[in-house]
Amino acid sequence: MGKIALILALVIVAAATLFLQPEHAGLAIHPMDQFEISPLFGHGDISWYTPTNVTAWMAIAVLCIILLLVVGTRRRAIIPTRTQSIAESAYGFVYKMVEDVAGKDAVGFFPYIMTLFMFIVFANFLGLLPFSFTTTSHIAVTAILAMLVFLTVTIVGFVKNGTAFLGLFWVSSAPLALRPVLAIIELISYFVRPVSHSIRLAGNVMAGHAVIKVFAGFAGALGMFAFLPIFAITAVYALEVLVAFIQAYVFTILTCVYLKDALHPSH
Amino acid sequence: MANDTHSADTETAHGAVDAAHGAAGHAEAASAGMPQLEFATFPNQIFWLMVTLVVIYLVLSRVALPRIAAVLAERQGTIANDLAQAEELKQKAVAAEEAYNQALADARTEAHRIVAETKAEIQADLDAEIAKADAEIAAKAAESEKAIAEIRASAVESVHEVAKSTAAEIVGSLGMSGDAKAIEAAVAERVKG
Repeated sequence: MGKIALILALVIVAAATLFLQPEHAGLAIHPMDQFEISPLFGHGDISWYTPTNVTAWMAIAVLCIILLLVVGTRRRAIIPTRTQSIAESAYGFVYKMVEDVAGKDAVGFFPYIMTLFMFIVFANFLGLLPFSFTTTSHIAVTAILAMLVFLTVTIVGFVKNGTAFLGLFWVSSAPLALRPVLAIIELISYFVRPVSHSIRLAGNVMAGHAVIKVFAGFAGALGMFAFLPIFAITAVYALEVLVAFIQAYVFTILTCVYLKDALHPSH
Repeated sequence: MANDTHSADTETAHGAVDAAHGAAGHAEAASAGMPQLEFATFPNQIFWLMVTLVVIYLVLSRVALPRIAAVLAERQGTIANDLAQAEELKQKAVAAEEAYNQALADARTEAHRIVAETKAEIQADLDAEIAKADAEIAAKAAESEKAIAEIRASAVESVHEVAKSTAAEIVGSLGMSGDAKAIEAAVAERVKG
């Protein structure tokens, strides 16, 4: 079945390269156009409430999450169906991560972390569909996600530990003379966290998508030899599938690590 | 791709305003390099992201997660129950086997007991019969002995009589008269010897 599909795809690619030569085979690469934000209706300015492609793809992500976690588990079967099994695996995966990394007293934050994970993982995977828009490729989105985590962690740290939370910056195991220096470094690294947290996700997703577009542009220019960039696109796409999951995982596990710092600030 | 055609549309087909906007958009994108840095779109993205996150959070915390947790707990309970039941059944099987073995051993000892009892009874009966037979035999033997002794005594008597009368006849025929007393004494002397 897979073999037949592969051969068929190769035949179609070969036929397309032979018969569908572009009228003007120029190098027209617009790798960043896919990230443009446009209103769903009309061409007006984009104000804060305008429904845009961002709205549409976030809504699709919400729909997919509801389909998987609510509709998929509607039977509450002891012996799960395939969809329910996936929902349970996702639940177990994130729950175990929260419990193992952030500690048992962090399970109260599990719905919050699950929300982040499910949103990022679905936004990433939906972004891999052709013609789709990737909401997590925008720094505005990931920065808000990271800032939410940063604020939550900081507030929880101070509420749970009071001023003892500042002990996070005071490395008591280091020699006394070094401690102020370390405190400055720790403080800087603490405030850099949301920056790295957000840029890591948006950067990875955006770079992969842009690379695919660049290769696609080559394919248009190369004519007969278009199969080379098409194979490259396939390879990059496979990598992107990995990245889509891994970046969601990394974002979530870092959230858990930061949460652990907030709940148990001692070094 | 969709965006490509969209901007192409804007530039060619639509009115001056749209064209100007599209050109402006392109100029802005070109100057910034990437749509990610078009700060004008930030409020829009942030607003819809917050809406999305709130919706997901509400759906997860109100419906999805409690339901999945309940299902998992129920499954855990079912598995634990089944295991406990299996353990109980196993215990029962072991108990049944023990009872069976016990019954078998009991039956065996009972059988042994009955065999021994019967054997003892038969032995006792046999002993009694043998003793009775022995006694009968002894009685018969004594009776026979007595009869034999009687017969012998009567035979000895007869021999005495015959010897006496024969001796008297012999003495008489020899022409001598013997007195009866002396003959009797002599005969008794001889027969005894």
